[in-house]
Amino acid sequence: MTIQEIRDRVVRGESTAREEVEAALSRAEQANGYHALLSTIRDRALERADMIDLQIKNGEEVGPLAGVPFVAKDNYLVFGAPTTAASHMLEDFVAPLQATVIERLEHAGAICIGKTNLDAFAHGGSTENSAFGVTNNAYDMTKVAGGSSGGSAVLAALDVVPFALGSDTGGSIRQPASFNGVYGYKPTYGMTSRYGVVAMASSTDTMGCFAKTAEDTELVMSIMSGKDDKDLTTLDDYFVAMPATTDKLKIGVIRESLTDDVDPEVKRVTHEFVTRLESMGHTVEEVDLPMAKYALAIYYIIVPAEVSSNLARYDGIRYGLRADGVHELTELYGLSRDQGFMPENKRRIMIGSYVLSSGYYDAYFQQASRARTILINQYNALFEKYDLLLTPTAPTPAFGIGDNVDDPIKMYLADIMTVPPSLAGLPALNVPAGKSETGLPIGVQLVGPAKRDDLVFALAKQMEKAS
Amino acid sequence: MSTITTEEVRLLAQLSNIQLSDEEVDSLKEDIPNILGYVDMLGELDTEGIEPTYQVNSLENVFREDVVDQGSVTRENLLSIAPESLENQVKVPKVL
Repeated sequence: MTIQEIRDRVVRGESTAREEVEAALSRAEQANGYHALLSTIRDRALERADMIDLQIKNGEEVGPLAGVPFVAKDNYLVFGAPTTAASHMLEDFVAPLQATVIERLEHAGAICIGKTNLDAFAHGGSTENSAFGVTNNAYDMTKVAGGSSGGSAVLAALDVVPFALGSDTGGSIRQPASFNGVYGYKPTYGMTSRYGVVAMASSTDTMGCFAKTAEDTELVMSIMSGKDDKDLTTLDDYFVAMPATTDKLKIGVIRESLTDDVDPEVKRVTHEFVTRLESMGHTVEEVDLPMAKYALAIYYIIVPAEVSSNLARYDGIRYGLRADGVHELTELYGLSRDQGFMPENKRRIMIGSYVLSSGYYDAYFQQASRARTILINQYNALFEKYDLLLTPTAPTPAFGIGDNVDDPIKMYLADIMTVPPSLAGLPALNVPAGKSETGLPIGVQLVGPAKRDDLVFALAKQMEKAS
Repeated sequence: MSTITTEEVRLLAQLSNIQLSDEEVDSLKEDIPNILGYVDMLGELDTEGIEPTYQVNSLENVFREDVVDQGSVTRENLLSIAPESLENQVKVPKVL
């Protein structure tokens, strides 16, 4: 069920947008057991579907996603829909405005039918930090969905919708995509607008999507992307869907991503992928990215620092949870934030306060920001010689629910492959590449130079066609 | 850094405006040193003379006209999301 197929049958009158929306809602209901969806948007979705059906009936021009249903991670603001960020803080929050990327997708005729589960405020790599329960992996109910965009990954994997939106700060799209066997894309920083999405770490937050094919992923990204006056970090429009390349590429496999700490089956799948690349005439060489081993440390200083600033806005005053029965202002802030945030949110806020506090600012935040420059320089040097870089997307297949919840560092290590491109603002795609012996999906990550999103997709589509 | 005192955790909580329970303080007393112990590896890097990176796509000073664009947001829907409001204003506890 590709996006193009749905759009074609709606436009040709073989089905209607209303039928597509109703079918997706009923598939969502059948998938209830995975706990991937936090809320459904029925009335507004059907209203929009009827509008599109009327346009088609009247012979009017409709967009490239006409009648195509999708879901959005519950940190995207969608008009009139609850937007909880899977937190008690925003449990009763109804969006008074709409994310720019939702506007763009709606303008193209796509219809949002629901909001998906995540780690609260997107802090986590398993969707176990949700205030509203864990999401199960699409392939094995005892395993995590990955995260933080776990709900969206699972619904895309289960074919409930042909595409699903996520946000990716350090791997929150790519890692769950790997765990659930779907494509998951994090664009170049600034390709997609962050406006109207609950902010996590503003210097690495990007909006992207999950889909079953590389072509569909690219199509959705081409519609989501572009300059937005409401997010001044967005780049001028530069991304357009391109035909699959036949050029021979030079691809570097990052040696530091294939150490002994990486699951042997993940290494096997990565090596098989390399063999396929070579058999198609591409050149693959092992390369060094020495800063890779420091990337997670850089990330867990810079991101908590930005998190502590971005989450300062949740004070129980203008919106969000306000603690009951408090009559003094400081206590109102303190209790509202204690009740509204999950333990991982508090950990990150407090680490952020620590690394930004005057005695430690130079040793932690400044040192990390300088180390980030060295990492970026090493990437730039590699991209002078190589068109694309390759790593596994995650060091293991999906782990068991509950396995890592007591050890924050162990949980953070699940992002060790996806964090480096995030710190450098590079485009990166999870490509489903194989399975473990027990049938769990394993993905590889293609990383491109900044603004060469087209090249990442060109190779992914070429590989897809050949397989 | 290998340990952190209860008082230091309390101070961080105060800086972060979070009123923690005693149990939460105890558990953060374990977690925070573990996380800081991990990120401490950056201390071994020589970053002398390296410019820090705060923003990756080198855009700076993006200007726009100084005009108000309210978009679709109205006073009514902003007030409707406030926990408490009274006569077109957000209600808060007494400050002074």
